[in-house]
Amino acid sequence: MFEMLNAFSVTPVFWFILGALALPIVPKGPLRAAITLVIPIVSAWIIWNATPGVYATASLGGLDITLMRVDKLSTIFGLIFSLAAFLAALYAWHVKDPVQQIATLLYAGTAIGAVFAGDLISLFVYWEGTAIASVFLIWARKTEGAYQTGMRYLVIQIGSGVVLIAGIALHYQASGSIAFDRLTGEGPQSWNIGIWLILLAFGIKCAFPLLHNWLQDSYPAATVTGTVTLSAFTTKMAVYCLARAFPGTEFLIYVGAVMTLFPIFFAEIENDLRRVLAYSLNNQLGFMVVGVGVGTEMSLNGTAAHAFCHILYKALLFMSVGAVLYRTGTSKASELGGLYRTMPWTMIFCIVGAASISAFPLFSGFVSKSLILDAAADNKYPIVWAALVFASAGVLSHSGIKIPYFAFFAHDSGKRPKEAPRHMLIAMGLTAFACIFIGVFPELLYALLPYEVEYQPYTWAHVLAQLQLLVFALFAFALLMRYGFFPDEKRGINVDTDWVYRKFAPAVVGFCTRLVSVVWSEMARGAGFLLRAGQTKLAQIYGPEGRVAQVQPTGTMVLWLAILLGATLAINLLDIS
Amino acid sequence: MPLLLPEALADHAPMLAVLVPLLAAPLAMLFGNRAFAYGISFAASVASFIFSMFLLARVMDGSVLSYHLGGWAPPLGIEYRVDAANALVLLIVSAISAVVLPFARTSIETEIAERHHTLFYACYMLCFTGLMGVAITGDAFNVFVFLEVSSLSTYVLVALGAEKDRRALSAAYDYLILGTIGATFFVIGLGLIYMTTGTLNMADLAQRLTGLESNRTLRSGFAFIVVGMGLKMAIYPLHRWLPSAYTYAPSAVSAFLAATATKVAIYVVLRFMFSVYSAKFGFERDTLQLIIFPFAIIAMFAASIVACYQINLKRMLAYSSIAQIGYMLLGVSMLNVTGLSATLVHLFNHAVTKGALFLAVGAIVYRTGSALLPHMAGLGRKMPWTSAAIVIGGLSLIGIPSTAGFVSKWVLIAGAFERDAWPVAVLIVASSLIAVVYVWRVLEVLYLQPAPANSTATEAPLGLLIPTWILALASIWFGLDADLTVSVSRTAAEALLNGGFGGDAAIIMGVEGRK
Repeated sequence: MFEMLNAFSVTPVFWFILGALALPIVPKGPLRAAITLVIPIVSAWIIWNATPGVYATASLGGLDITLMRVDKLSTIFGLIFSLAAFLAALYAWHVKDPVQQIATLLYAGTAIGAVFAGDLISLFVYWEGTAIASVFLIWARKTEGAYQTGMRYLVIQIGSGVVLIAGIALHYQASGSIAFDRLTGEGPQSWNIGIWLILLAFGIKCAFPLLHNWLQDSYPAATVTGTVTLSAFTTKMAVYCLARAFPGTEFLIYVGAVMTLFPIFFAEIENDLRRVLAYSLNNQLGFMVVGVGVGTEMSLNGTAAHAFCHILYKALLFMSVGAVLYRTGTSKASELGGLYRTMPWTMIFCIVGAASISAFPLFSGFVSKSLILDAAADNKYPIVWAALVFASAGVLSHSGIKIPYFAFFAHDSGKRPKEAPRHMLIAMGLTAFACIFIGVFPELLYALLPYEVEYQPYTWAHVLAQLQLLVFALFAFALLMRYGFFPDEKRGINVDTDWVYRKFAPAVVGFCTRLVSVVWSEMARGAGFLLRAGQTKLAQIYGPEGRVAQVQPTGTMVLWLAILLGATLAINLLDIS
Repeated sequence: MPLLLPEALADHAPMLAVLVPLLAAPLAMLFGNRAFAYGISFAASVASFIFSMFLLARVMDGSVLSYHLGGWAPPLGIEYRVDAANALVLLIVSAISAVVLPFARTSIETEIAERHHTLFYACYMLCFTGLMGVAITGDAFNVFVFLEVSSLSTYVLVALGAEKDRRALSAAYDYLILGTIGATFFVIGLGLIYMTTGTLNMADLAQRLTGLESNRTLRSGFAFIVVGMGLKMAIYPLHRWLPSAYTYAPSAVSAFLAATATKVAIYVVLRFMFSVYSAKFGFERDTLQLIIFPFAIIAMFAASIVACYQINLKRMLAYSSIAQIGYMLLGVSMLNVTGLSATLVHLFNHAVTKGALFLAVGAIVYRTGSALLPHMAGLGRKMPWTSAAIVIGGLSLIGIPSTAGFVSKWVLIAGAFERDAWPVAVLIVASSLIAVVYVWRVLEVLYLQPAPANSTATEAPLGLLIPTWILALASIWFGLDADLTVSVSRTAAEALLNGGFGGDAAIIMGVEGRK
């Protein structure tokens, strides 16, 4: 126990837990918000100064627990998680709700813990920790819808944890190891069922196609600030786990490619801008999964770099749309428009985010995405490469143009909200600065990557190719708008595969339930009749007045004695056997 | 377990285990002082307990001890012969006695008139002596003598309940009549054996009986002994005396008898079946298969179902005991080592479990004056410790894992599987489910029903709680750590089935010159 505590106290998670515990004691007001700001800085400082290696180990019931496995892969994720926690806390400076503040701290803390976990058991603990902590960010919206969504989210997140622990148990049984390391072995054909389950658990949190609905369902349902926090951790934690355990698993390339493509279409027709961003988040994850699947040093670098940049610009986009939602009370494209007049700063930051996600040269997306694209091209996956290029164009269309266009330009909605609050502007400004800074000085990011980088993003060929793509996509968007082909932003709920569990499954279950209940009640009536008759009979025989339980005269008992003696004597004397 | 006794005591441990309580009985009576009577009885029980532990430690490896009483060599002289089987029974009896006596000291205050207290201790000691003697002796007629010592004092002990409920008198009377008939059958059986062989020493008998399988006198003797002892152990259709006796006897007596008396009777049957007669005899196998086995199964179900309908908690536990005896006999009728060790381990586990339950009920009776379930509504909050002990005992009765009851049922089911008798295993589990019903009824009354507003019940005094909880904790302890009980039972079962009892014995007290 003490060994465990000792090990725990050197991890950054310790500080997040400490902060979460201290928060309710601290008087309300800026001091609490300050705690949420300071803890991520402490965490980043610890991670920055941590020497590579494995420490904070303990043994729990014969299993070797490793709480700090510091190498370049875990460091970069730990740093960006700390940075994201800091920015989200700054953005949420105005939030007075201690539940959200504590949830944010615990959520970020457990995600960072998962990144440094060196064994599958502690990974599982942190894995469930993120699930439980994050759901409060959804529930904090305190609407009936948010509650329902939160429940759906929690079921799926906890479900992934259950799958994970089942996989860990089976894997441990098969291999005797709980080390959280490369699990690929000799390729998928050699995997035991445990490894498949672990991959499935990762896949659920990473929003693999068909396992993705929870993401679009829940992120837009959270609070303004909650969504910003949510967008950073869960999925990127899963990406990290995939990069750690399953690099070079070829079918992940195709999974990733599909992930980059299908959300585009949903994003194009979606009206709620935060949901658009959730789809685009899914699409961005696809790039990272492709990077994991390719599995070369360059592609893993690409995955790490893209996760780093993506967390920043996706947070920036969610912040800007969140600021709009905060001021106007809606994030629906059909009700917004023309906000550039009164929210110019937000508009500028949004465009920076949009430019980053679209991978404009000099913005962060450009320096990370091209790593993955080139890795795919270098490793002879031309179709995948083409799909990624198409997806990049799609990103530009739905995130790069649609978000700022419909929020700040398009038709004038007549809304004249105030500019976003100052702390939000500062948070967005810092994030936007980081996006541009990385775009301009990619070497600094590259220095953090897991492997040596010999890559120069700013060659003429790269820049030209990217600009061609972007200009044509812009051109296409303009044409479509001009001739009215672009799908109108309409109110409505777009039905994704979540229809299966939101409509179809309840209908089927409802029908079955009714059928079963009718059959059951009829059977129960019949059985009840028999049961009552049986009970009466039983009570007649065994009840207090029944034959078996009656107190009988001594003579009767002696009679029994005689009968039994007779029977025994007969058996003994008659030589039956 | 290196238990050290001074050499002088060690040599005489078998005799002292019986003699000490025997001497305590008249002393308790003579001085007419309640505190003194209690003190000497308790001291005698503890001393017996220590001797029993010492004996068990010496025979745990499967060896046999032989003690020649007064230095007279068997078969003429009386011999005390100890192996793992009866050392286990000795331990059960003396341990339960040592735990129940402190309980009795408090509980009889409300149940027995003060002038009878010294009499109570004297009878208790006599009963205890008789049970110990039955278990330890290696002489068949000596069994009968000790049996009568314990039986006669038991009748008195049951009748002492009349202070509280006059029905105790008729219960004691029934028990007296039936018990006497049972003892008579037993002694008739002994007579038939003696007629044929001319000896009463068990080891000697075992030798002389070999080859006499076809002798009808011996066969009749066997039938008389099994039925006679069958009555004492309340084998199913001969069980009628038991519920009333246990219900109306004072609480401490119920607990002591339930935990020990029937167990000793079962031991006697085992001893005669396997050490005197032999499992190789065809008629014995027939008896087991056609009489013992079916009645064991019937007991498991019928008695359990009857228990479900009882409103008197003590009566319910009594019926549950009859069902539990069914389990023990089922183990015997399997005729393999695992089944027999299940019997022995259940002997022990059930003694602990039922002891805890009867003591807990006794504590409730002490506080509320009633053992009727409707009067116990809501006591879970008023008497939390007592009620918790009932919960533990109830769980063990059902056979929930991590309780003692689970261990016995586990071994029993293993025995059934060894015989490929899986339907029997199913029956064991099914009858355990009935136990769930009657245990649940009690828990529901204790915890889920509101206490009546005028209820003044408070937690039982420590004098009652401590003995109750010793047994309650023991029924968990032996559920978690079953090594000791199972290994002793296995050794004992092997010795019984392989006739180890009659073989070479370490003579620890035999006068050299007279051998």
